Amino acid sequence: MPSNEPHVPPATNKASASLPIIGQPSTRRTALKGAALTLGLAAFGKAIWPMISIPENVSLDEFLQQHYKELSADDKQKVFARLATETKEKYGAKVTINDQRPIPGVKFAYAINLSKCNGNGKCMEACNIENNHHRGVDQSYIRVLEMTKGSMEMEHGSTTYTHDVPQDDKFYMPVQCQQCDNPPCVTVCPVEATWKEEDGIVVVDYNWCIGCRYCEAACPYHARRFNWEQPEIAAEEVNPNQGYLSNRIRPQGTMEKCHFCLHRTREGRLPACLEACPTGARVFGNINDPDSDINWILKNKRVFVLKEELGTEPSFFYFFDS
Amino acid sequence: MTDSKSTTSRKGVAIGLLIGGLTLAVIIVLTVVLSLGKRAAIGASFEPNPIQKNPKHSSLSDSSRPNHVLFPVKINRPNSGPRVDTDIFDNDGQPVTVSCQTCHATRAANFENRIPTDLNEFHNGLEFSHSSVSCLSCHNSDNYDFLKLADQTRLEFVDVMTLCSQCHGTQRRDYDHGAHGGMNGYWDLTKGPRTRNNCVDCHDPHVPAFPKMRPTFKPHDRFLSPTEPKAETHAK
Repeated sequence: MPSNEPHVPPATNKASASLPIIGQPSTRRTALKGAALTLGLAAFGKAIWPMISIPENVSLDEFLQQHYKELSADDKQKVFARLATETKEKYGAKVTINDQRPIPGVKFAYAINLSKCNGNGKCMEACNIENNHHRGVDQSYIRVLEMTKGSMEMEHGSTTYTHDVPQDDKFYMPVQCQQCDNPPCVTVCPVEATWKEEDGIVVVDYNWCIGCRYCEAACPYHARRFNWEQPEIAAEEVNPNQGYLSNRIRPQGTMEKCHFCLHRTREGRLPACLEACPTGARVFGNINDPDSDINWILKNKRVFVLKEELGTEPSFFYFFDS
Repeated sequence: MTDSKSTTSRKGVAIGLLIGGLTLAVIIVLTVVLSLGKRAAIGASFEPNPIQKNPKHSSLSDSSRPNHVLFPVKINRPNSGPRVDTDIFDNDGQPVTVSCQTCHATRAANFENRIPTDLNEFHNGLEFSHSSVSCLSCHNSDNYDFLKLADQTRLEFVDVMTLCSQCHGTQRRDYDHGAHGGMNGYWDLTKGPRTRNNCVDCHDPHVPAFPKMRPTFKPHDRFLSPTEPKAETHAK
C-alpha cells in the first residue's frame, strides 16, 4: 500500500537533489519564458496596432493633421489644398475649400412657419445638393415629419408619406440641427471634434471625428447623420463652393449635421433650404439685430421650440400664423 | 557542455527580449505622441480662438461699405398687363396677342356678371375660386389694361401687391417682416441684395389657394424605411 511507505517521497527528493542536472541553470524554462514574453508582446502589439496604425484610406498628412483649432493659417492652407487635391482625385471635381469664420456680433437663428410648410420636401433636396451629400442614400440634414394635428410629439411624426401634401388632418414639421445653446452632442464628444462657435453654429471637424456616434445618440432631435459609406457624387454634381467645417465631402466613418450652410450664411447669403422652400415657410437671420425678420417673428408670433423641457435651448424656432 | 547550452538559451532570451522591447518602445512612443496631440487640442478649446485675429475676418466686419448703405431688396414684378391669345399666328409663326382693351373698349361693362361662368363668351372657361369677389372687384371696367383698388383708383398690373393687401392685411404685414413669402439672396443686406417673391408668383389671383404638391425627394436613413410602421420606429 502506498500509504504505508512514507519514506519514499523524501528519499526521491534526496536522490533528485543529488542529480547533476538540477544544479544547472534551467535552460529550457528560461528559453520558454523568453519565447512566451516575445509572443506576449507580439500579441499585445498586434492587438493595439489598429489604434496606432494608419488606415489604408488615410494619408500620412491626414493622419498627422492637428485639430482644427490648432491649425495655423499656413496649416489650413496646406490642409485645404490637400483636401481639394483629394477631391479632384476621388471625384474628378475641381473645388475650393474655404474657412468661413463667424461674423463678429452675429448670432444666427432659424424659424419655420408650420402654417405654411406643406411637407413637399424641397428643402431636403436642396440640402442634399448644396451640401455634397451621399447620393446613394439621398442623405439630407433635414427630415420633414408629417404630424397629426393636435400633437407636437416629434417622435410620432412620419417621414415616409408619399401622397399629395398637405393632408387636411396633418401638419408638416421639418427637423434639422437646432443649433442648441446647450448642445448635448458637444458635451458627449470624447475627442472634442464638435463644438459651438460664436455665431451659434455647432460645427464638426470631420478629420478629428473618430466616428463613435455618441453625439448621434445624445441628440434629442435625431439631427446628426453618420457616413456609413464613402459618399458617391457625380463630378458635375459636386458643389465646388465648399467650407472645411461645412459642406466639403465628408470622409466615411464620420458624423455630420446641419451647419446652417455656414459657407453661405457667414458670407451673408441665405441657407439653401430657405431659398428652395416653395411655400416661404422658412425665416433666417441675425438674432442680435433688433430689426431683423427673425426678431420680429420671435416678438410677434406664437413661437415654440422642440423639446423645450430638455433645456437644450435651441436657436431654431417654430411658429404658426395667427 | 552545460556552458554551451546555457549560452544558446541566453541568446534566445536576449533576442526575444530585444524584439519584445522594441515593439513596446514603439507602442509607448506612438501612444505618447498621439495623446499629447489630443491633449493640446482639448486645452485649446478653452482659450480664445486664434482664428478670430485672422485679417480675412476683419475685412468682413470692417467692410468698406458703411453699414447704412444697404443692397436693395428687389420684389419680383409681374409683366405689365396681361395679353390675350387670339389663336392667330403672324408670318414668323409667333402667336398674336392683344391687350384687354382691344375688345373691352367697345363693350360696356355688365356688373351683373360676377364670375367667369356668368359670361356668354370669352373667359368663361377660366378657373375661378377666390372667395366671393367678382371680376370687377379687381378689374378696372374703365380700362381693362389696369386694375382697380376698392376706392376706384386705377392701378398698374405690376403693382398688384397693393391690390391684394387691401383684403390680406395680415399676410402683407407678415410679408413686410419677412415672415411670408419666399426669398433668395442675402440675409445680410450689407453684403448683397435680396430678391423676394411677388404675391402672384405663388398665388394665382383667380385661384389663390396654394396648390397641393407631391413630395419627390426622400432620404433613405433609418427613420425612413417605408416597411416599418412609423410609430414603432420612433417610440422611445
